Amino acid sequence: MQVVRSHQSHRSFSSSSGSVSASPTLPLYRSAPELEVRLEDFESFAIDRLRVLKGISDGLSRGKKPDEMEKLVNELWKTNMRHQDSSQVPNKDIISHFVLRLVYCRTEELRKWFLSMESALFRHRFRNQTAEAQRAIMEEFDLPCKAVSNAEFESLKEKLGQVARSIGHNLSLSTTDAIYYKVPFEEVPELVTGRKVFINQGYAYVAMNQVVSLVATIFRSLLSKALILTNRKWATSIREQEQHRLTPIVEALCSSYLGPDFSQPKEYGEISLKDIDQVAKSSFPLCMRHLFEKLREDHHLKHAGRMQLGLFLKGVGLNVDDSLAFWREEFSKKVGLEKFEKEYAYNIRHNYGKEGKKTDYTPYSCQKIILSTPGVGDHHGCPYRHFGEENLRAALSRMGVNSRAMEDVMGKVRNRDYQLACTLTFEALHAAPCDAGINHPNQYFSDSQRLLKAKKDSST
Amino acid sequence: MTRQGAYKESDDMLIDEPKLPQQGQIAALPNEFNPSYLKIYYSKLFPHADLYRWMSYGNDGKHPACDSSYLGRREFSYTLDNDIFVRYNTFNSATELENSIKDKCPLKIDIGPIYNLNPAHRNAYAGDNVLTPVERELIFDIDMSDYDDVRYCCSGADVCLNCWPLMTVAVKVIDTSLRDDFGFRHILWVYSGRRGVHCWVCDRKARRLTNEQRAAVADYFRVYKGNENNYKKVSLMGQVLHPFLARSYTEVLKEYFETKLLTSQNLLSSEERYEKILEMIPDQSIASELRGKWQESRRSSSAKEDINIIRWEQLKQLQLKQLLQKHKCVEEIVFTYTYPRLDMEVSKHMNHLLKAPFCVHPKTGMPVCVPINPNNCEEFDPTTVPTLIQPLEELNREGLRSDVEGEWNKTSLANAIKLFRSSFLQPLLKICKEEMESSYNAKLQQSKNLLSW
Repeated sequence: MQVVRSHQSHRSFSSSSGSVSASPTLPLYRSAPELEVRLEDFESFAIDRLRVLKGISDGLSRGKKPDEMEKLVNELWKTNMRHQDSSQVPNKDIISHFVLRLVYCRTEELRKWFLSMESALFRHRFRNQTAEAQRAIMEEFDLPCKAVSNAEFESLKEKLGQVARSIGHNLSLSTTDAIYYKVPFEEVPELVTGRKVFINQGYAYVAMNQVVSLVATIFRSLLSKALILTNRKWATSIREQEQHRLTPIVEALCSSYLGPDFSQPKEYGEISLKDIDQVAKSSFPLCMRHLFEKLREDHHLKHAGRMQLGLFLKGVGLNVDDSLAFWREEFSKKVGLEKFEKEYAYNIRHNYGKEGKKTDYTPYSCQKIILSTPGVGDHHGCPYRHFGEENLRAALSRMGVNSRAMEDVMGKVRNRDYQLACTLTFEALHAAPCDAGINHPNQYFSDSQRLLKAKKDSST
Repeated sequence: MTRQGAYKESDDMLIDEPKLPQQGQIAALPNEFNPSYLKIYYSKLFPHADLYRWMSYGNDGKHPACDSSYLGRREFSYTLDNDIFVRYNTFNSATELENSIKDKCPLKIDIGPIYNLNPAHRNAYAGDNVLTPVERELIFDIDMSDYDDVRYCCSGADVCLNCWPLMTVAVKVIDTSLRDDFGFRHILWVYSGRRGVHCWVCDRKARRLTNEQRAAVADYFRVYKGNENNYKKVSLMGQVLHPFLARSYTEVLKEYFETKLLTSQNLLSSEERYEKILEMIPDQSIASELRGKWQESRRSSSAKEDINIIRWEQLKQLQLKQLLQKHKCVEEIVFTYTYPRLDMEVSKHMNHLLKAPFCVHPKTGMPVCVPINPNNCEEFDPTTVPTLIQPLEELNREGLRSDVEGEWNKTSLANAIKLFRSSFLQPLLKICKEEMESSYNAKLQQSKNLLSW
């Protein structure tokens, strides 16, 4: 699919078949285009598109209704897929798609996610195309649909309405609902099954929203096959060839966390040691609360737990001296002062960039925490993922989550939507929505603090 | 030939006793299946030539556009004596087909698909799945034993005039839909010889449908989703019925339910039977009101009208009063008791084998699998189907006087074969020839265009 050629600082894509098909407004990504891309754009275009896809993913998991999703997709696209040079907008679209193919072709799970998001994106964008553009796309996909003339529609209106009502769609009089296509019934077996269309003399009469489904299904299946091919190419040649140039970028992209990194808290000293227990109860997310409680209980945490909690505290605003004091207070109860200074203090200072190569480590995002693998004696990781159901319920009720919210949270957990579960917990405890969703423990903390402060201010 | 034993008592139910002519020697053959009957049947009565013409779909070698390999790529399978089953029989001409059948005398002949290559050569090619079906009629199989939970007169393999209307309903509903909705024209309905019907849709488009497309059509027809664990086997959701179901209901199902099956099956006359229907009413208060009424009226005997009809009216009246109708309860009951139940597996796969028309069923009475005319299927009577014995006896009686048309013409099989030809075979072959002609001309035109610069 892609052969990357380099000239100096330029990158280009080329393919044997060349052209991008269909209307200029909605590319079908059938084959890689002949385009030159700058290395910086290679990454940044992809990141912008990734923001769109992640936004869609979020919206879908939160169960947004179709019209809300429509708005969301439009906004996401407008915000992220712009380009100062408007003629470059379609190129950005195409390039970003193909770069993300490389990123997301590499495992089954990545492919599944990418397929779902790109299909959802395509579906929404297709709906917004003109009738002409839609027909061109259908032709491209070998869907021999013919628009139903007004006269024919009038004569069949009643039957078409019956079909719509029989499958639970109310045929309103809006213009979009009056658009029907007729196609030989054998072209749309998925609609014939289950009697979702009116069939007459060998033709099926397909409503607009069904057409969208059909087209999206074809798009999805083409993309699915392309991803497999891309993966093969990646594994056998591209990854090797590009190991010093594109490969590191590609490999970093899919695990990228796209929000603020909380590495530089606005003010150090925001949290003082004497408040820490109080603040832990009110504003720590479950993962950090758990680590905190275990530390208080056992006066010890293993390395991974120390990293996760320690960096979090840094992000929260605990300065290095306070941090040392905090850890010393706990650890010395178990291992004694001397051992603490010898074995643990160094690492704490290291986290703040005061030792060694002086890297200022960034607090872990939810993604990173979810992916970790706590073993025996560990308390790090994401409790929504790593706790058993009983333990999780107990922990949540200790936090103060009521039984109704508890069920919603557990539902998300079962669905493996761990961040959503945490978001729901946040919303239940603070009695306020968190539209952006929780992506970072420090975000949980700062949002929580903000809400509590606002409440305090409004009550005084 | 001398008269051999008397008939068995039970046989009277299934076939009419042949009328004994006044003079001459009578040949009354024992009414039990005997392979030698088959020999005579295949040699004198079975319509070999018609079968050949059907299976060739116009590729009889008389037109330059004929595909000479066509017939040879069709699979026929035989069930022989001692349960021997032989697949992948193929024939390249009418004579080969006829001679093989006469020679082997199969108890049953099944017709399979047309493959991409002659199945006789399948082992010559390396690799699995080399042999793939490329054409196959769209077929349906409706079997009375699938209705055992809604008929009380018979069960299993038995069929009588009280439950046969269920098959009439099936033919009407499916045939109308195949023609009006799907636009098919060349449809053959055949009595399956035992307790049901088969349907062969032979349009070119139908023969070329993929498995997925066949499954879609079969699923379009599916309403009943039952098994013993589910008391509610028909669920008609949605505010209204799909036009296909609505039409079936108003044109066929309602009438047959109310005027035939309700009374012939006594669906509401006893507690055991009406409980099954009451179970399907979602509103408990209506169900118990009816239950109360009917338990009382058990005692009153004088009713001019049939008790089933009276009770059905009562049920409908009460349901009508229900303002909030999430389920179309009355329709669901009617659909449960009348709507066609197809064997989905038969229709879904191109490689499914199906019994050929004009086979003889080896059960007592030996009915022949004759075509059914969908336009007057309500007149079809499974108890008076031409059997193997009748024509054989008729032949015996008439002696060796042969007919120009064929010896079958003087027998009760005559009408069946004539129906097959006039309503199905001839129109089909006409279309095949036309299609062949036009595609041939198109190709000629194309090559002319290529040559003319």
